[in-house]
Amino acid sequence: MTSEPLWEVFVRPRRGLSHTHVGSLHAPDARLALRHARDLYTRRQEGVSIWVVPAAEITASSPDEKDSFFDPAADKIYRHPTFYELPEGVQHL
Amino acid sequence: METPDVHGADGLLGEVEEAEADLRSAASRDLEGTASFEAIVAADQKIEPRDVMPEAYRKGLIRQIAQHAHSEIIGMQPEGNWITRAPSLRRKAILLAKVQDEAGHGLYLYAAAETLGVTRDELTEALLNGRQKYSSIFNYPTLTWADMGAIGWLVDGAAIVNQVPLCRCSYGPYARAMIRVCKEESFHQRQGYQSLYVLANGSPAQRAMAQDAVDRWWYPSLAMFGPPDTESTHSAQSMEWKIKRFSNDDLRQRFVDMCVPQAEILGLTLPDPDLRWNEERGHYDFTQPDFEELMRVVKGDGPCNRQRMTHRRRAHSDGAWVREAAQAYAEKARAAKGASREEVMA
Amino acid sequence: MTPQPIELADDALVAAQRLSEWVSRAPTLEEDVALANIALDQLGVARLLLQSIGDEDELAYRRGDADFRNCLLVELPFGRSRGDLDFGWTMAWLLYLAAAQHLRYADLAEAGDGIAAKAVKESAYHLDHASQWTVRLGDGTAESRQRMQEAVDEIWPYTHELTEGIRERWLAVVEPVLKEATLTRPQDGWKPDGGRKGLHTEHLSYLLAEMQALHRAHPGVTW
Repeated sequence: MTSEPLWEVFVRPRRGLSHTHVGSLHAPDARLALRHARDLYTRRQEGVSIWVVPAAEITASSPDEKDSFFDPAADKIYRHPTFYELPEGVQHL
Repeated sequence: METPDVHGADGLLGEVEEAEADLRSAASRDLEGTASFEAIVAADQKIEPRDVMPEAYRKGLIRQIAQHAHSEIIGMQPEGNWITRAPSLRRKAILLAKVQDEAGHGLYLYAAAETLGVTRDELTEALLNGRQKYSSIFNYPTLTWADMGAIGWLVDGAAIVNQVPLCRCSYGPYARAMIRVCKEESFHQRQGYQSLYVLANGSPAQRAMAQDAVDRWWYPSLAMFGPPDTESTHSAQSMEWKIKRFSNDDLRQRFVDMCVPQAEILGLTLPDPDLRWNEERGHYDFTQPDFEELMRVVKGDGPCNRQRMTHRRRAHSDGAWVREAAQAYAEKARAAKGASREEVMA
Repeated sequence: MTPQPIELADDALVAAQRLSEWVSRAPTLEEDVALANIALDQLGVARLLLQSIGDEDELAYRRGDADFRNCLLVELPFGRSRGDLDFGWTMAWLLYLAAAQHLRYADLAEAGDGIAAKAVKESAYHLDHASQWTVRLGDGTAESRQRMQEAVDEIWPYTHELTEGIRERWLAVVEPVLKEATLTRPQDGWKPDGGRKGLHTEHLSYLLAEMQALHRAHPGVTW
């Protein structure tokens, strides 16, 4: 049995929004993958732009690494604007 | 056990949207530290592809999602049977779009199954060699045009009642696929009902065609909810893991309660002399489908099992040379790209 | 020479009817979705054109084959014989058809035709789809190359009627695709025609019999 590679599909729903992962499909090459993605994932005008990425080319973080990857950000609350209390009356900041 | 409320199509679509909203709001509630599988499920959060999960959960989901995907693909045949004969161009366009959606839904579901570590080739193989099943409803023949209406109303109706709770399934990719499928399918049920309504209010021949279709599809549709709870093998564990949320019998009751008033508006009779409102239960009493027949069809002896499988196998084998050619071309193109890169390097 | 609306409508309608034979039978599920899209596009344009002429269902379902004005190419089965369903044949057929439709719709759209303005975008996609596959099958395996060459050759004679008045421009679209597909451009020779005058192949009346049977069995009703 021949096996066509798996492609992950990302669609930009409207101008001004980011591409969002919508699913995957199989195609022998990138051009056909893009065309199939158009036919499959935008049948109801769901998008204005499509990316297809070979699933094999995606390197993902693993759940085991979750703590070491993401917890260190948890205590850096000074990165968020709400950390800073402003003197009364200051505007446009 | 929860009892599902009675809803019409609007209510069901509303539930899909609620499920989608809940999915988003659950995502914004973070769990403390590294949550266990059980804690994630208990908190109504979603399990995602690379999370640790019990092997039985993974296998059970693959089985269920694959069966669901296969059903969409085999389900193209009974309706595809009437596309070239649709009696008006408008109906032809609607039916073509609907059957195309079924292919699309099959693909969304195969994509969800693949996140669990099974490949499309393996799933295709399991369908073609009969190791995995598809919904038995598609082993009944579509004999007249009115079957398109009856399938839309009853078969898609039953499918939606089954599927709406799956929008809240604990496995993220399946829940998201189901939300998309349910939103798209609401048009399927409506077009079926509307098509049947036109026939029921048409010529005597059209009316007879509509009644005959309802007579043939009613009990097979009831059987779509599976064996009675007392005999269902997978239910309890599925409920605990929040894959399944209501029992087969509860969903079947919900479907009957929805259909009775809809049949009255159509002016068609559901073929059950014992169908009547039970004040005490607050539900309709009805005759159960023939579960022995269901088991015969599941095992392969329905009217169209052989035909459906032969059709699918043939489409797959007839297409082999095309798939091989596309792969050969892709390999050549990759090799050429590699070669030209080497030239540049040199 | 501007084609009559009924000619373009019948081309699209018969093409849609043929293409819908592919439903649930394509080489991959992804391709099943793609072919249904193309069939839906063809059907959509056929309906708009028929509606601009008269009652769409009256025109589609109540005319006999001698009243249809489609070119012969669209009514051919997808293979040598009735009932065949060959994917390579279908892509060669679609390449020829979509290239011609694209040119005709573009001309009409430029002249301000609203239906053509919608159709021209769709036919560009069909042309691209057929081109992609022609190249992959022509330059794929030895088997696919042989099958594709055969399809390209067998359908070629029917392109003369299809491209009447736009032959040179059509060749300029199709020849580069055949070249990229490493296929031999067929020789011109036999030039069958008659479709525009209602003189069809044997295949059309079968196609219409299937399409019209149910509608004709219940005259005067609503669906």
